[in-house]
Parts: sequence; C-alpha cells; structure tokens
Amino acid sequence: MSGRPIFTRPARLAAIAPYLWMALFFLVPFGFVIKIALSQTAVAQPPYIPVFDLTAGWAALKASFAALAAENFRLIASDDLYLSSYLRSLGVAAVSTSLLLIIGYPIAYAMARLPRGWQPVAMMLVIIPFWTSFLIRIYAWINILQHDGLLNQMLLTLHFVSKPVVWLSTDTAMYIGIVYSYLPFMVLPLYATLAKLPASLTEAAADLGASPLRAFWSVTFPLSLPGIGAGVLLCFIPIVGEFVIPDLLAGSDSLMIGQTLWLEFFTNRDWPVASAIAVVLLALLLIPLLIYERVQRRQLEGRR
Amino acid sequence: MTGADTSAGAGALLLRIDAVEKRFGGFTAVDKLSLDIKAGEFFALLGPSGCGKTTLLRMLAGFEAPDAGRILLDGEDIAAVLPHQRPVNMMFQNYALFPHLSVANNIAFGLRREGLPRKEIKARVAEMVALVRLEGLEKRKPDQLSGGQQQRVALARALARRPRLLLLDEPMAALDKKLRESTQLELMALQKRLGTSFVIVTHDQQEAMTVADRIGVMNAGRLEQVATPRRLYEAPATRWVAEFVGDVNMLEGRVERRDGGRLIVATTAAGEVTVAAPSQPSAADEICIAIRPEKIRLSLRGPVDSAAQAGALNRLNGTVTDIGYLGGSTSYKVKLDSGALLTATMANIAKLDVDAYHVGQHVVAWFSPDDCVVLER
Ligand SMILES: Nc1ncnc2c1ncn2[C@@H]1O[C@H](COP(=O)(O)OP(=O)(O)O)[C@@H](O)[C@H]1O
Ligand SMILES: [Mg+2]
Repeated sequence: MSGRPIFTRPARLAAIAPYLWMALFFLVPFGFVIKIALSQTAVAQPPYIPVFDLTAGWAALKASFAALAAENFRLIASDDLYLSSYLRSLGVAAVSTSLLLIIGYPIAYAMARLPRGWQPVAMMLVIIPFWTSFLIRIYAWINILQHDGLLNQMLLTLHFVSKPVVWLSTDTAMYIGIVYSYLPFMVLPLYATLAKLPASLTEAAADLGASPLRAFWSVTFPLSLPGIGAGVLLCFIPIVGEFVIPDLLAGSDSLMIGQTLWLEFFTNRDWPVASAIAVVLLALLLIPLLIYERVQRRQLEGRR
Repeated sequence: MTGADTSAGAGALLLRIDAVEKRFGGFTAVDKLSLDIKAGEFFALLGPSGCGKTTLLRMLAGFEAPDAGRILLDGEDIAAVLPHQRPVNMMFQNYALFPHLSVANNIAFGLRREGLPRKEIKARVAEMVALVRLEGLEKRKPDQLSGGQQQRVALARALARRPRLLLLDEPMAALDKKLRESTQLELMALQKRLGTSFVIVTHDQQEAMTVADRIGVMNAGRLEQVATPRRLYEAPATRWVAEFVGDVNMLEGRVERRDGGRLIVATTAAGEVTVAAPSQPSAADEICIAIRPEKIRLSLRGPVDSAAQAGALNRLNGTVTDIGYLGGSTSYKVKLDSGALLTATMANIAKLDVDAYHVGQHVVAWFSPDDCVVLER
C-alpha cells in the first residue's frame, strides 16, 4: 500500500462537515448553557454573574472563571420540586412511548403489508398532519376535548355517558395529545424496518410449521427490534422535554421538567437554574442514547 | 403433451397435480397443468425464466391457492391444508435464512414447532449439521457464512423435519459453476440416501439432466414434455422442447413419400433428406427434422457412396464458415450449398481431428436417418 490518503480533499471535507456542524450549532451553545448554569442570578442584563468580558483582559477573565460554582446543581438536587418534575417527565415519556408503540406497531405492520402501490399513499396519510402547524393541531384538540366539544357530544349522542366528561386539564388529554403528535415518529421507523423484511422469511417460518402468530413472534418481531429502538428513542427523548402539550392539555398540579424550566426562565427570570435544569436533562437523556448505541454496535460486531 | 414416462424412479404415487391453474389478474401463470410425482423420485421442473415454475412450487407448499384443479398428496386433496400444516418443506430461491438466528437455531426452527423434546432436537440438529457438513459453524449467523454454506444451511433446515416431499427452488442458482457441479452430485447422493421425493426447479438444463430421474419441461405455464433426461434429449416431443434442451439443427420440409421404415422429406434448406419414420406417425405432412449437432459428422469426401444411395445416410455438401474450438470438442458452422446453416460438433479425439478443417473448406456433412427426430412444425 502506498501512503496516499484514502479520501480526496472534497471527500475529507464532506466527512468532517457534520462534526463542524455539531461543534458550531450544538457544542458551542451548550458550552454557553453550562457556563450560565455555573453562574449566579443577578438583577442585571444579562440576569447572571459573572459575565465573561473578552475586552477586560486576561486577569479579569480568570477572576470570572474562578467565580463559577456548582451551586445551582446543588439546589436542583436538594429541592423536591425539581426531582418530582424529572420523575414525572420520565414517567409521562415512558407511558406515552409504550402507548405509541402499542398503537404504532400495528399501523406500521399493516402499512408494510399493503400492496406496493398503496404504501406511499399510506405514508402520505401518516405525514399529512404535519402540513398544519403543530400548535393549531393542539388547539384543535382543545376544541374536541372541551366540555361541549366533539368528543363529549359524540359520547352523549351514543349514550355512552349521561353527562359530559371532563377531559381538558387531565393527564388523559395530555396523553391523547402526545400520542397524536408523536405517532408518525413511531410509525415511520417501524414501517421502514418492517417493509424491508422479505416476505419469504415469514413464508419460510410457515413452511417450517410456525402458525402465523408464532411466525410473528419468532421472526418478524425480533427482526423489527432496530425499528422499535429507533421509534422509541425518537419519541421518548423529545417527550421527556415536552412543554407545549402538557402546558395546554394537562392540569397544573404536577409539572413536567420542560414546564419547570420554562417557569424558572421566564417567570422567575432565573437563567442559571433554568440552564442547570437543561444540563441535567441532557445528561439524563444521554443514558438511553448510549445504551442504544452500544446495543447497535454489538449487533454490528456480531455480524462480522 | 406426451404422457408420463414410466421407466425411472419406480415407487408409489406420492403427489398428483390435477389440471391445476393459477392466474394473476388476466395473466395465466400455470395453465391446466397435470403431473404425477412418485415416492422417492428426484423430479426436475425445467423451463425458461417466468414460465411459472416458482408459482407451481408455491402452490405445492401452500403459499398460493390454485384457481382451478386439485393437488393430491397421498390421495388427499390438500387445498385446505395451511402451509404450516403440510408435510412438505421448501428450500427458497434466496434461501430465506433467519438472519437473527444461528445456524443451529435455523435448523432447529422447524423441530421446535413440532414440539420435540430438547434432547431430540439437539440430536437431530447435530445429525443435519453432519449431513450437510457444517460442523463447527453451528453458532455462526447466516451473514457470517459463504454462499455455499448458506445454501447448505437452507437445505438442512428444510430436511430437518423429514418431509415427505422437498421442494427446491433454483437451489444452486447463486453458486459458481464448480461449486454448483459438486453440489449437484451431493444433492443426488443425499436424495438417494434419504429416499425423500425431491422436486427441484431450475432453468439450467445441464443441472436438470444431471440430478433428475425425470424432467418436466415447462413453457408458458404448461408442461411440454415429461420424460427421463435421455428421452428428453434423444426424443423431444415438440419442436419447442428440442430447441430448449440442448442445441439442435432444424430442417423444415414436407413428407414426399414413405419407404418402409423411412420417410423421404423434401426440406426447404437441404433438399431431400431420409429420416426414420416416427413410431406414432403424425397426420401432418408439413414437418420439421431435428438433428443434434454431435450427430452430424463432417468429412472431406463423402462416406461410402452405396450407403448414401441406399438411403442409409444423408449427405449434404457445404463449406465451413466458422470454427468454435471448445477444448474437448469443436463446433463447426457449415453453410450448405443450398444456403442453409448447419452446426456440427465433433469430439477432438486426436490432434488430427483438430487440424482437419479450416474455414472455407468444402466438406460433406453426413448423418444417419435414425438420428433424426421428426416433429410437427
Ligand atoms: N404474485 C404475483 N403477481 C403477479 N404476477 C405474478 C406473481 N407471481 C408470479 N407472477 C408472474 O407469473 C409468471 C411466472 O412466474 P414464476 O412462477 O415466478 O416464474 P419462474 O419461477 O418460472 O421464473 C411471471 O410472468 C410472473 O411475472
Ligand atoms: Mg422462479
């Protein structure tokens, strides 16, 4: 082998471009967030100290660095408010993701079984709601779920209930909203995985004596695990940080961490604590990502 | 078109396919096809791509339901029997190995469905692994195997349940030539040892000839002929079969007269040709004569004149226009004086044979009336 580089210059540039992007638009802003999380609140503009002033010279910068402290993280750890918010977020995300999986899997499975020509149509139907603003769709749900809304009218007409049910400002409404909004994120990766599975695999299972149900659990389901993993991650992570849906549809007696963060940031104007909340949230969400990454890598290595 | 050949693979009737039909929309993939398969027989379905071989096999396995006709296994109609309840196993064209299961678990899959005890499954898997010589690879996943190894796993998996009938859909299409030839021999030995009926689908006539007791030649959803490999080659029933199986020279003409066991045919391309009259004389006068290239011999001067005159030999004059050296044999294209092209293949027995002819040389092409097959046009 000669010592020539494997990649040409443009190819190398293309290879590092995503990292540049990550560094510029994720790592640098995240650095700011960490810095603010380590600062103290102040009645000032911006509302925290110390402020790094590059023009003030090296000594001032060093003094500013020394002033950073982990005080806000200690506060988060000591106050039950934050802990319960985190737990509620994880709980809501876990329940929602389970519901999404239970509802999304049959939809994706049915889509993958449609005649080839109909599959793009089904895909369009799943994606079409995205053409309307997310906020408008949540407001539409408020309309549907309110006291004299569509849902109650329907239930009354069909005599399922004798008086209107309270939907709004309940966890039920929030779960309806979350499941509705995130369904495509569960269905699409599942569909992509299931559609790729050759029909001959289930036929081979049937040929070897497996009933349709047995063939599903022994062959289709294990082979769709990568799709399940992707769908679960795509839903779970953003749902943990969800703010709008619980704020508009759920009651106000217990808050998700996104709502707590919002309160700290806008109502209390406590940027450092809000930033600390965000940093802890990110650290929490890295755990499932790392697990997923490890499982995937092990699978890839098993292939070799 | 012709009935079954009874000379090979004697055994009780196992499978009867009775006027089975399968349509996809307006397209008829399998067209009123009837066929009997005997127990212990190695049967090959041979036909060009798209002629309906896979569709027929899938109906036997139960993945497609016939639109008409019946499929009888041991005399019982299996139309209502679901695929997972049929005592028939299939080896899929792309093997369809379960990618998430090891070799051993792929093979054990069908045994687990039978609810056999653990120990017996283990023993049977070991037996199958030994049968297809995959020892030491039991823990590998399918994508850690070579094509030939995958093929053997698929075979072991399909045989593990000891089916009455094994269906093999182009089992060797993905193997290279050398491996394919050795696998064909192994497959034959395996089938003889197990005594299971095999129905193999292939578009490779060499493969069908090598492995099968009987061959059914399929064309556009129909069976053109069912016969032993030898009869198929030496006595094709139709012009289509003659042209599909092996190389052939076709001379069209009309019957002039009958002379004992001989027909004198006036061909459009080669003048008068004497041929042996077919055992079942056909009513048609407009016929064609099929002669295999290796049945035509060339020489510089015509062989024994008296024989030719007595109608014991056909002699045609022509010029060599092309020589294809194939190693063991050489293929010569001969342009007859009448303008038609003949192909003659001669074995290169001695060095002399190879050097005997050159392009542009005048030769006599001769062949026996007994080596000609008379077919309807
Ligand atoms: N599910 C199907 N839908 C429509 N046409 C089909 C289907 N399966 C097979 N065919 C058609 O039937 C014909 C025979 O196919 P097949 O049995 O696979 O041929 P072979 O195995 O001999 O190559 C082909 O023309 C194919 O296009
Ligand atoms: Mg086929």
